[in-house]
Parts: sequence; C-alpha cells; structure tokens
Amino acid sequence: MSAAAPTSLTVRVLLFASYADHLGLETLDLTLTAPATVGAVVHRLRALPGGDQLPSKPLCARNLAHADAEEPVEQGDEIAILPPLAGG
Amino acid sequence: MEFITAEPIDLAPLLAAVRAPDRGGLACFLGLVRNHHEGRRVLRLEYSAYAPMAVAECGRIVAEAEARWRVAVALSHRVGSLAIGDTAVAVAAASAHRDEAFAACRYVIEEVKRRVPIWKREFYADGTAAWVDPTVKLQHA
Repeated sequence: MSAAAPTSLTVRVLLFASYADHLGLETLDLTLTAPATVGAVVHRLRALPGGDQLPSKPLCARNLAHADAEEPVEQGDEIAILPPLAGG
Repeated sequence: MEFITAEPIDLAPLLAAVRAPDRGGLACFLGLVRNHHEGRRVLRLEYSAYAPMAVAECGRIVAEAEARWRVAVALSHRVGSLAIGDTAVAVAAASAHRDEAFAACRYVIEEVKRRVPIWKREFYADGTAAWVDPTVKLQHA
C-alpha cells in the first residue's frame, strides 16, 4: 500500500500594490489542509487582519500564470493575489 | 530588449529588433504618462510589477501574436518612477504588409493591459497618491 497522502500543504503567498497595503505585508507562508485550491488560499487571507478588504474573487496566479479559484494548489506553490491590473 | 525594465525605453533597439528585409510594414504603439486622470492633475507615477510573472506573461503574449500573424514583435514595459510624457510601454510589430503589423500591435497592447501584472500609483498635484483601478472607471462608463 502506498504512503498516505499528506494532510497539509504550505504555499508561499505574494500580495501586491493595494492588497499589500490592506494586509500590511507582501509575502507570507500559508499552511492549508490538503487538498486545497487557489480559492481556499484567498478564503484564508480574507480572515487575516485587513483581509476583509480583499474581494472574494480576486485575480490570482499560481506559479507565474493566471489561475482560477478552482485550480488545485500543491506543496511549495507560489500563489499571487493580483489587484486590478493597470499596466500599459 | 527586456520585457520589463527600470531604464528609460529606447525606441531604436525596439524597432531594430523587428526590422528585416522581408518586412515592409512596421506598426508601433507607445503608451505615455498622462498629466491627468479623471479630472485630477497628475505630477508623476510609479509602476510596480510582479516581475517574474510579468516577464512570463509578456513572453506568452508575444508568442501568441507571432503564432497568429506572420509578424515579429518587440515589447517593453517600464517600471519605477516615471515623469509626465515618459514612455511607459512600447510595442513594435513588423510584417510583410501593414494589416498584419497593425493587427498584431493592437493585440499585444490590449493583452498587456488585460493580463500583465503591473500596477500604477499616481501622485497628484494636491499631494495625495492612489493606486489606479481601471475596473472602477469601467463601472462609471
């Protein structure tokens, strides 16, 4: 029998611009119950001080590519929460 | 030529990167820093980026344009503190003929605005500053 699946996973979260201002930090590590999704990361962030200023469905990226809330996350992923983009 | 740069954007190498003997049409778009936003006077602004993703996303956009049209595309977006009139973003697209060059150039700048993780903080004449949220403007429209 194979080893049991890990029961938790840790991701590195990056916050930018106005969202970094709201939470007062730019990076943090979050440990979640596995399996987890990008949406679960957002849910946890919104429970932190200042997190209530994040929208419930912000733009997100996983490992440098845009990601939906339903996308699964894995141990060691880099999850970025992106305020409305204003390049150009 | 780098997709994301803290240095002033020099147009000459950008154009040189897409020039070729078989390309007779070259379209270029420059995004410049404006001195006003929603009726407020802007003194300067700061662009910040999630640089590794911004570089990756720019690469994906250029690859898409080059797959869709027979074009060569160069793209550069500046970050850091910019003054009024500075070039914030430059796109050059060259093709055999103008139609494809214009189409690719338009595609690239629209996708940059829609997908590349860059943020803009404006500093106003009244001493205040704010992160620009283009989605708020859409709600007014």
